[in-house]
Amino acid sequence: MARAVSTKTKIGWTIAAWFVALLIFFPILYAIITSFKTENEAIAGFDLIPSFTLDSYREVQSQYNYIRPFMNSVIIAVGSTVLALIVAVPAAWAMAFSPTKRTKDILMWMLSTKMMPAVAVLVPIYLIFLRTGLMDTRTGLVIVLMLMNLPIVVWMLYTYFREIPGEILEAARMDGATLSQEIVHVLTPMAVPGIASTMLLNVILAWNEAFWTIQLTTTNAAPLSAFIASFSSPQGLFWAKLSAASVMAIAPILIMGWFSQKQLVRGLTFGAVK
Amino acid sequence: MIRAKHALWGACAVAALAAPAMAETLTIATVNNGDMITMQKLTKPFTDANPDIQLEWVQLEENILRERVTTDIATSGGQYDVMTIGTYEVPLWAAQEWLLPLGDLPAEYDADDLLPPVRDALSVDGTLYAVPFYAESAMVMYRTDLAEAAGVTIPDSPTWTDIKTAAEKMTNKDGEVYGICLRGKPGWGENMAFLTAMANSYGARWFDPEWKPQFDSAEWNEALTDYLALMTNYGPPGASSNGFNENLSLFQQGKCGIWIDATVAASFVTDPENSTVADKVGFAQFPNKEGVDNHGNWLWAWSLAIPATSDAPDAAKKFVAWATSKDYTNEVAAANGWRAAPPGTRKSLYDNAEYQGAAPFAAMTLTAIESANTQKSSVQDIPYTGGQFVAIPEFQGIGTAVGQQFAAALAGQMSGADALAAAQATTTREMARAGYPK
Repeated sequence: MARAVSTKTKIGWTIAAWFVALLIFFPILYAIITSFKTENEAIAGFDLIPSFTLDSYREVQSQYNYIRPFMNSVIIAVGSTVLALIVAVPAAWAMAFSPTKRTKDILMWMLSTKMMPAVAVLVPIYLIFLRTGLMDTRTGLVIVLMLMNLPIVVWMLYTYFREIPGEILEAARMDGATLSQEIVHVLTPMAVPGIASTMLLNVILAWNEAFWTIQLTTTNAAPLSAFIASFSSPQGLFWAKLSAASVMAIAPILIMGWFSQKQLVRGLTFGAVK
Repeated sequence: MIRAKHALWGACAVAALAAPAMAETLTIATVNNGDMITMQKLTKPFTDANPDIQLEWVQLEENILRERVTTDIATSGGQYDVMTIGTYEVPLWAAQEWLLPLGDLPAEYDADDLLPPVRDALSVDGTLYAVPFYAESAMVMYRTDLAEAAGVTIPDSPTWTDIKTAAEKMTNKDGEVYGICLRGKPGWGENMAFLTAMANSYGARWFDPEWKPQFDSAEWNEALTDYLALMTNYGPPGASSNGFNENLSLFQQGKCGIWIDATVAASFVTDPENSTVADKVGFAQFPNKEGVDNHGNWLWAWSLAIPATSDAPDAAKKFVAWATSKDYTNEVAAANGWRAAPPGTRKSLYDNAEYQGAAPFAAMTLTAIESANTQKSSVQDIPYTGGQFVAIPEFQGIGTAVGQQFAAALAGQMSGADALAAAQATTTREMARAGYPK
């Protein structure tokens, strides 16, 4: 039986939720405001009212063509996500519906690889990329980002698949479905919401990745993370320009996140309450 | 006839495809600062004169650039043809044979026009391994109006006592004017660049000739004690987070009486477009302690070097010679005025009356650079070279670790004595681990 909640409590929680949300969003909001300031205004201290100049955006675009890193980001984020799903769906299926004694250990091991600092494997991966001609290529980044995010993708899909009754798959098998038909025609349609939210999260992670995308690129495959890094300066003030570059880099993913927030939250909280 | 036409079209197509294929592409890694951005915008004369050379730019933040370039060069990656590195890297990388020697630049380059301290800092055994794009030492920048109102005079060559007196009198914390702004943000190139120069000017040294760390010396103790007292009594709040940019911002907003930092800042604080105090700035030499003939010996030059792995060394040589030439300086002056000329590299720039007229800081910058001795930065005997850093590979790590101790002392998390003891212990351990004395 649900507990009765008074209107006052509801209002209180709503205000608290808005406050926390604003607090979390404030750095992004302030970057957006700063991007519409002149450099002088940007350094003059805290002020929420900009002069709404577009100078910084003009300057950023004149210094660095936005389109190339933007397209690289799109290709790398989407490519690594698709590749990760192709590998992770069968893996998660096997773990969810044909578990062995070691399945949990394997899952934990996969997740533990995320605990290792990326810089620890920088030199070997750098050398592999050099020797195989993958350096500064989008293909190379698609592969490396797929591998980096694969543990999370497998985990999310595994959690999601476990909520699907195994009897449905058994029924499909009894009707003569092959393994691939079972995955493609029965499991995948039922798991579309979970796969969609996993896909969205992976796109966000790949879009925001700023270690490998900077270390393994120079000019051809440099995505928006490298674009932002190029506007950070140790000597000289470029805060308005840096803010404009940041806004240009995060805007696409912010818009995508806004439109897909329902699916994202659903996917992330699925299975949390039974 | 038709066959001949086809052959002609085919030849044209092959020629069209072959032309760009023959062009060499130079990948140039740079830091993002005003002078480098200006260079990118003014490359047309170079590309017009060298249509077979295409330029690709990779701009990165200083630390990321250093990380990227170091990884690339150490693994013989060959991703870059020209890289922007500083006076710290040049001797170390040249010794590893990671850089191409630049002793054979054409006569019109006039390498003898380079300021001797800068040229020496970029040479190994008399051979240039990088050419300077702009160079800097450190000096005092102060508000002439505040000094006048406070009734203090800062001499051209002040002592630390002069600075303390002036900072005290200029401070008006209620009016958000702080007598002195100095670097506090931890990092070998941040607070430790300043504190190493300050320690030099107190007669301190990082190591004795046997490579034993010297943070337990009276000189270091005095330097750090005075630094902490200056910043605690007359500095801005939250100074342990302030680096070059933060102090530049404070000074430009009129919140600092004195700022002691890189000479390159002079052009920013006197820029009327960005500085509210542009016409009220005076300059003086980096201070010294009474009786110690040492003004910090700070010297840094952002320089262009060619990695040994470049597959277009000749084109790269052409480019670095052009980008650091007198002609390029003239182009910057024609486009943006003489004030914007890359400072600190050539004698001819400081002989130029137009530059002297446009840049009120020119004479003091020249004095600061010419007086910097990076071959012997302390008045005591030392086994290392380098001015505001120690030119050994381990310095980046050790300098940053020590900088964190000193920043903690500035933030009030530990005493100066404890910070020095921790610095001594850390440095002793790391030097032993690295196998010193070698």
